[in-house]
Amino acid sequence: MDLQALRLSLLLATLTALSLLVIGLPVSHWLASARFKGKAVVEAVLSLPLVLPPTVLGFYLLVAMGTKSPLGRAWVALTGHPLAFSFAGLLIASIVYGLPFAVQPFTAALSQVDPRLTEAASTLGASPFRAFFRISLPLAAPGIVAGTVLSFAHALGEFGVVLMVGGNIAGETRTLSIAIFDSVEELDYAAANTTALFLLGVSFAVLVAVSLLRRKA
Amino acid sequence: MSALEMDFVRRYPKGAEVRAALSLPAEGVTVLFGPSGSGKSTILRCLAGLDRPQEGFIRFGGETWADGQAFVPARQRRIGMVFQDHALFPHMTARENVDFGARDGAAQEAVELLRIGGLLHRKPAQLSGGERQRVALARALATRPRLLLLDEPLSALDAPARAELRFELRALLHAAKVPAIFVTHERAEALALGDRLAVLAEGRIRQLGPVHEVFSAPNDLVVARVVGTENVAQAKVLRIADGIAQVQVGQAVLSAVALELYGDDCYACIRAEEIVLERTATGTTSARNELAATVVAVSPEGPLVRVVLDCGFRLVALVTVSSARDLALAPGARVAALVKAPAIRLVPR
Repeated sequence: MDLQALRLSLLLATLTALSLLVIGLPVSHWLASARFKGKAVVEAVLSLPLVLPPTVLGFYLLVAMGTKSPLGRAWVALTGHPLAFSFAGLLIASIVYGLPFAVQPFTAALSQVDPRLTEAASTLGASPFRAFFRISLPLAAPGIVAGTVLSFAHALGEFGVVLMVGGNIAGETRTLSIAIFDSVEELDYAAANTTALFLLGVSFAVLVAVSLLRRKA
Repeated sequence: MSALEMDFVRRYPKGAEVRAALSLPAEGVTVLFGPSGSGKSTILRCLAGLDRPQEGFIRFGGETWADGQAFVPARQRRIGMVFQDHALFPHMTARENVDFGARDGAAQEAVELLRIGGLLHRKPAQLSGGERQRVALARALATRPRLLLLDEPLSALDAPARAELRFELRALLHAAKVPAIFVTHERAEALALGDRLAVLAEGRIRQLGPVHEVFSAPNDLVVARVVGTENVAQAKVLRIADGIAQVQVGQAVLSAVALELYGDDCYACIRAEEIVLERTATGTTSARNELAATVVAVSPEGPLVRVVLDCGFRLVALVTVSSARDLALAPGARVAALVKAPAIRLVPR
């Protein structure tokens, strides 16, 4: 198995899952507690990556990261390197693509928490911040862990968006699923099988873990 | 000087509207009484700072909690709230619940007052309804609240636990020395716990006064419908023997079944339709109370006639039109009023 690709995939999946935890929690808290016009639109936008072909999302992300876009130019000015076909670009794409896999379970878990409990916390003098971390978060923990595990697994195996935005640069953007594609192209079915079996095993283990967490919730 | 003053309107998207205009002193227990949907919980939520009125003001002491511009959120009001289902934090032990908003030393005082020292290591799921109730009250008191808000806190309990806690709660609320607003639709709770009663119907406060006064003398038909046609009189228990209590009501002594008595003071409640009137006392009747009465007033109410009597205390009876005619009921007429001992409900205070 391509160990460099494995290391890269694990790093990408870990950073994606952690980033989604940090970005997803406030977004989900907002979606679970606020009532506003256009909420359906926000939810639809956040769910788009679920139904959009990865090539479509990857194409737009690539354009957004290109040196002609404001984001791409700002990145070059800041770091000296282009964003597209870099690990950083890959990470951003992976976060955008993984958003629904984190936000949907987070929102579902936070919506399950009885609003009276956070109201009770506020009558006891707790700030919204304290009420969230002491009440909502612990009670929603199984769903939040499940969402984080899911987004990790999803980022680990992502192919289409990675190929569009990252290409196939060893040590920089060649992930495990790209490595499988490479092996097959080179007709090295044995190598492809090893990597594929590994990803299959990991995916299966993750689903079992998520299902156990759901039962606990 | 009033401690809590409010005159506000809270509107709901589908057109319902609750208007509360009240001024209450900073002591004792005020009961907000009314059928479900009358707006009791809305008023309590606005007082707690959980809902924001669209119009009007709420002032407490010198502070403005809500008006056109200002809105003080719940966490800054220093109120204690006990929710209908108690809303204990399920992932925390009783101790962690009580400590959550506690101020210096108040948690220990609350634990002692409510005698929950033995329960502190348990989680809410391991507590009985009555125990949860105590923990919820201790949690609210541990913040040293300036005002206590209770939203039907006994409704989640079964009937025997409710009767027991009702009496205990009154003692606790007085011992805590915190003014309280208690929401309920149970007459027994209103009678047992309230110093004052505010009757709500259709989103308006209809009458405010001492509990027994509001029950015995409703201002209008709407209030009468809410509180029911019931005689409520202050009574003193003289003695209890064989499950029958002798109680002093005004000038009269009545026999009543002593179901749940814990003290000397109580209210004697008699439904007006359960009073039998006779032209003269016969002396041979199964009814334990045969009272010589003078008719004070007679007024028709549909197929019935409402008869106000003086029998050492004020008593209202409902009889049919034909009975009233047969007995020649008119102001000044002398009759005997019969009340069976089980028809008198004693509510301890």
